[in-house]
Amino acid sequence: MSTWRIALLVAGKDLRVERRSRVVTNQVVPFAAVTMVMFAFALDADAVLQRVAPGLVWLATLFSLLVLVQRSYAIETDDGALDALRVAGVDPAALFWGKALALAVQLAVLEVILIGTAVVLYGAEVRAEGLVLLVTTLVTATCSLAVVGTLYGGLAAGFRGRETLLPLLVLPVVAPVLIGATRAVEAALGTVPGAVVSEGWPWVGLLAVFAVAFGVGGTLAFGPLIDE
Amino acid sequence: MDRDTAEHSSERLPERTGGTDDPVVDPVVELVEVVAVLGAFPALAGATLRVEPGEIVLLRGPNGAGKTTVLRVCAGLLPVVRGEGRVLGLDLTSDRDTIRTRVGLLGHANGLYTDLTVSENVRFWGATVGATAEEVVAALDRLALTGRLADVPVRRLSAGQRRRTALACLVARRAELWLLDEPHAGLDASGRDELDATLRQAAASGATVMVASHELERTGALATRVVDVVAGQVRG
Repeated sequence: MSTWRIALLVAGKDLRVERRSRVVTNQVVPFAAVTMVMFAFALDADAVLQRVAPGLVWLATLFSLLVLVQRSYAIETDDGALDALRVAGVDPAALFWGKALALAVQLAVLEVILIGTAVVLYGAEVRAEGLVLLVTTLVTATCSLAVVGTLYGGLAAGFRGRETLLPLLVLPVVAPVLIGATRAVEAALGTVPGAVVSEGWPWVGLLAVFAVAFGVGGTLAFGPLIDE
Repeated sequence: MDRDTAEHSSERLPERTGGTDDPVVDPVVELVEVVAVLGAFPALAGATLRVEPGEIVLLRGPNGAGKTTVLRVCAGLLPVVRGEGRVLGLDLTSDRDTIRTRVGLLGHANGLYTDLTVSENVRFWGATVGATAEEVVAALDRLALTGRLADVPVRRLSAGQRRRTALACLVARRAELWLLDEPHAGLDASGRDELDATLRQAAASGATVMVASHELERTGALATRVVDVVAGQVRG
């Protein structure tokens, strides 16, 4: 079986498990929505909320990413499936890309919901001229977060206290994604006075480079990371 | 050649021709004075073992004797640092990745996805080696996981049924050598009986099984041969 066939198999399995358990639907989405509401309570003023809406969307996404990654590896470690995959000689690169793909799908759904929440709660507006930039930003940022989350989730999965270790590992690493995605979405939505759409594209470039770098790194390092 | 290797040169493995017309059946496992280490600790201090196709071999010994290490070496998980070994005709030094894909190691955990059904688990594990739908159905049939049971989520199964599902996954993965580490652990009386029946059936179908177990009476009755593992030494 080729690497990509195995990757699709693993992604399909992860998404099927999610469809059965409904953890994203019943826990992660409500968690992200509550986070957005709490931001609104804390900042209160409409003008401020509208201005910072992109940053709040990505912060809520990062917090939700941690929950998603924990869940993604919990299903692998509950009954020793990750060990069994390793023992069975399943290509670690395929495992990495399969889990990253499933994570990306779940993140993408979540981000769309969060953007919608920002529109409803914070009064953010999706402009037609910024739509391409917005979609491209979502795609590249999602890929970046998915590969980083999968890589560090695999690293943390082998440790005791992984629930607290994962945020410590992931959050500093994804800081460039938070900054880049926030700036790009600000440009796309025009939440900063005087901002133009073209100012967002260099940030998309940064996100793309980040995704490629961690994608290559994950492909090479995932095997040794999950190995003993 | 160092002194130890020279001393055991008479026990070196013969070269395999790999020809299909070879009338002599190759052993499934062939270890000669194999040494393996865990960190700096010599977990296996000279294992010599030969397992023929269709055998059920019980590895017997006290805790820490090296039973699990023998299984992990045979699964290609631990490198051989000295001595020579072949599993399924493949070299334990140079072909470990291939060996991993052809053997099935089952420890205390079952390696199942508890939110998926029995048949989905078996299908997934079979698909990792490109098993066909017919092979998956055959694996489910062989472990009597048919009818309604095939569609039950694993989390609702008894411990014995979970173990049977894990063995069906090994069958679907076309594992040619089953390496079972304390397979009765955590099972109630009926689960143990179920597992014994499964292993008897596997042996009758020609599977080769190595079992590390403290359940000597129970596993000994199943085994075709008992091999003692003492302080990292194996002779059998």
